[in-house]
Amino acid sequence: MNKPLRRISLFCGLLVLALLIRTNWLQYVQAEELSTRKENRRVQIAQYATERGNIIVGGQPITGSAVTDGSDFKFKRTYLDGPLWAPVTGYASQAFGSTQLEKIDDGILTGNDDRLFFDRTIGMFTGEKKQGGNVITTLNAAAQKAAFTSLGDKKGAVAAIDPRTGAILALASTPSYDPSTFAGNSKNDEKAWRTLNDSADKNLVNRALRETYPPGSTFKVVTTAAALEHGVVSDINTPTDTPEPYILPGTKTPMVNHATGCEKASLLYALQVSCNSVFAHMGDKVGRDGMVETAQKFGFNSTIDTPVRAFASVYDKTMGKDGNALSSIGQFNTAATPLQMAMVTAAIANDGKLMKPYMVEQLTAPNLDTIEKHEPQEMSRPLSAANAQKVQQMMVNVVENGTGTSAKIKNVKVGGKTGTAQHGEKNAKRPYAWFISYAELPDGSSPVAVAVVIEDSDVKDREDITGGGLAAPVAKAVMEAVLKNKG
Amino acid sequence: MSVVTNTTTIGAIEAPSRRNTELLLLAFAVVIPIFAYANVGLSIHGELPPGMLVYGLGFAVLAGIAHLVVRRFAKYADPLLLPIATLLNGLGVVLIWRLDQSERLRTLAKRSFGVFTESAPRQMMYTGLAIALFSVVLLVLKDHRVLQRFTYISMAGALVLLILPVIPGLGADVFGAKIWISVGGFSIQPGEFAKIVIAIFFAGYLMVKRDALALASRRFMGLYLPRGRDLGPILMIWAMSLLVLVFENDLGTSLLFFGMFVIMLYVATERTSWIVIGLLMSVGGATVVGMTASHVKVRVTAWLDPFACYSTSGACEQVGQSIMSFGSGGVLGTGWGQGNSDLIGFAANSDFIFSTVGEELGLTGVMAFLLLYGLIIERGVRTALAARDPFGKLFAIGLSGAFALQIFVVAGGVMGLIPLTGMTMPFLASGGSSVLANWVLIAILIRISDTARRPAPAPAPSPDSEMTQVVRPS
Repeated sequence: MNKPLRRISLFCGLLVLALLIRTNWLQYVQAEELSTRKENRRVQIAQYATERGNIIVGGQPITGSAVTDGSDFKFKRTYLDGPLWAPVTGYASQAFGSTQLEKIDDGILTGNDDRLFFDRTIGMFTGEKKQGGNVITTLNAAAQKAAFTSLGDKKGAVAAIDPRTGAILALASTPSYDPSTFAGNSKNDEKAWRTLNDSADKNLVNRALRETYPPGSTFKVVTTAAALEHGVVSDINTPTDTPEPYILPGTKTPMVNHATGCEKASLLYALQVSCNSVFAHMGDKVGRDGMVETAQKFGFNSTIDTPVRAFASVYDKTMGKDGNALSSIGQFNTAATPLQMAMVTAAIANDGKLMKPYMVEQLTAPNLDTIEKHEPQEMSRPLSAANAQKVQQMMVNVVENGTGTSAKIKNVKVGGKTGTAQHGEKNAKRPYAWFISYAELPDGSSPVAVAVVIEDSDVKDREDITGGGLAAPVAKAVMEAVLKNKG
Repeated sequence: MSVVTNTTTIGAIEAPSRRNTELLLLAFAVVIPIFAYANVGLSIHGELPPGMLVYGLGFAVLAGIAHLVVRRFAKYADPLLLPIATLLNGLGVVLIWRLDQSERLRTLAKRSFGVFTESAPRQMMYTGLAIALFSVVLLVLKDHRVLQRFTYISMAGALVLLILPVIPGLGADVFGAKIWISVGGFSIQPGEFAKIVIAIFFAGYLMVKRDALALASRRFMGLYLPRGRDLGPILMIWAMSLLVLVFENDLGTSLLFFGMFVIMLYVATERTSWIVIGLLMSVGGATVVGMTASHVKVRVTAWLDPFACYSTSGACEQVGQSIMSFGSGGVLGTGWGQGNSDLIGFAANSDFIFSTVGEELGLTGVMAFLLLYGLIIERGVRTALAARDPFGKLFAIGLSGAFALQIFVVAGGVMGLIPLTGMTMPFLASGGSSVLANWVLIAILIRISDTARRPAPAPAPSPDSEMTQVVRPS
């Protein structure tokens, strides 16, 4: 009976061998794939197993961590002033995932980033618990608070940039949400999440980066830049050849002006009172391709990673002549994020040099060593320094004598432009109120450029003045906050 | 070489009993689980677990008793079987204790049954009982050939054990499988004991009938086919396995019995044709059942792609969770107490206990465990080879073969190699019947190996008082 016994022995050996091969397949070959599958809850468990690093503004953390009971997630994200900072931080929720900085820098915050490998290895020997690193932002707490509180109950957004570096100083969006309310995975968290998701006000949308609005008259500064750069106009005080009424090219539709004295007005005066006809005419003279070129140099038509991605603003590349003329006053298909308009303002304030906007200054290891530091980068030069100074002069004139007087700050030179963008079917919806501005230091440089948009401006008068009345005070508050707390 | 071997069998030179080897190995088998226990305590609670000294000593005493019993009553037994079984059992208790500490499983149990009971103390108690039973078997069963007398009684006994769970009022339906009976608050899995009892019947029956089954045959396509009337027994066992499958929803036990019978039949008759017939019958049976029985279909679907139906089917989720457990463990594992294998939920400490090994001890640990099981099987087969009587040979290979099949079916199931069946990993899984039955199995293998390795009694002293001259080369 021994021959079959030996064969059975071989058979049993093969059974064990099959198991050995299978375990190698699962635990070596497929280990990576299995351990990171979306069904694998261990991924989230690890994400919340240690205290998350913090997001820091002006040396102070704006986030925290709290121990949670009765859940397999040990720590829960907390936010010190959630609604204020939500457009910057995004959220990190145990149940609903994470967004924005919380998502992009998750590796640093959890301590799992490859660049923290040595910290982890050392921690393994010293027995120290794994810690997350910190994300140090460029934001200015005073400016952010000013933006958020002056937006108040109104729906809208503010983006403020330091034109000299591109550092984002304020990024507010209202109505906001408190990411703390759904950071866990309890029933209450789910309820809060549902409510926010179903809300008609779109609380979860970061309006400063991810909502595009027709920029209206604020876009006229881009048209001005294009006209100067393409040699259509060389002197801002010389009268233009704009007829009154101005008929849109290729149509019989006259361009409506809300201002008076627009016929043959100079650019300086046209911007001061916001003549539609003059800028539509200028845009037409520059031509669609010229307008597209300048708009794209300002950042239109591409997404911008700050590192949180901002949606692409739009300047239509294929429209006809009439569309181009309308687009030159910020209507038709033209749409811009508040960040984009802040970039336009910043480029003009920085003598034509557009710096790449960014909101993360440094990433630091748990022991505060710097892992990554952002160096300001030049993004493009939409206009020459000489032309930029001409536009600056025009914008200062708007605030001194024109539609933007409510943004005046004592003893500080401020340049700005109002805008009221019509939208909806037959422009029936309430217009968006815009204001873009910058403040100038005595040496000619500017520490802040702001763009403010307010939706559903509850004003019956659809005059261009709404931008100045509603949005300009917000911009003024932000500029004042930056000037007072230069940091 | 052959010369030397021959001389040693002639002379009355004492064969080494290897009891001291066993004692040394046993010391490791006791110490390793104690370290593992300390490790779990440190990693989960940050301190040494309670009662380390008491449990450690208790475990050592149990192992010591088993060793003394073997030393006294089965002096020449195989020295590996007892230490490996002890090691696996000890680590099993630690694994169960580790899963007892899981907050997630506690909450789950409270939500489902209203109360959470720790399984480790019970498992420890069953281990004690099992060692006692092990000792009793070795004490009572002086010679395994005695069991030959109970051939047909065993058959009846095995049938009764298999039928018990189906009897209304006695059987308990747990998660769809009817393999338990509850007696006085205790759940017993009669199938675990039936495995051993039926091996007695097979061995006894085949020993008597092997010649008829082997010799009376016709040649067909290179195979010796048995006569129609000799097909009776295998058909009966096959039908019985299918009945078990259909009525008790127990794919594993059914496969185990049939596989064991085919192995023993092959060994008894040395006819390859039996293997072919057996394979054909099991494939046929499996196909028919797989296409008709819904619970088998579900498991096949879960095996084919657990993630395709992950969110819709509980069976798929279980298999998926188990596979992710293994994958997340990687090569070295997370370490004792630091994995999340408790995500599997129900049956994490019984059917799926091997997934915890996979996650916390990693590829390394799983391979070590598989090799330990492989060693038990190998020692069993070796015992069968060494046994001098056909009954012992058949009995030993039946038990080892069934053990190998069980390991393959359980580990293969939780690793997604084959469809999942409801069986328990010997010595590791929580459950009294399994522990008791497997210790009895080890006791029987030890008894057979003792008989096999025991040196022949010394020849009576020759009246010539002259030693046989041993011729040594050079």
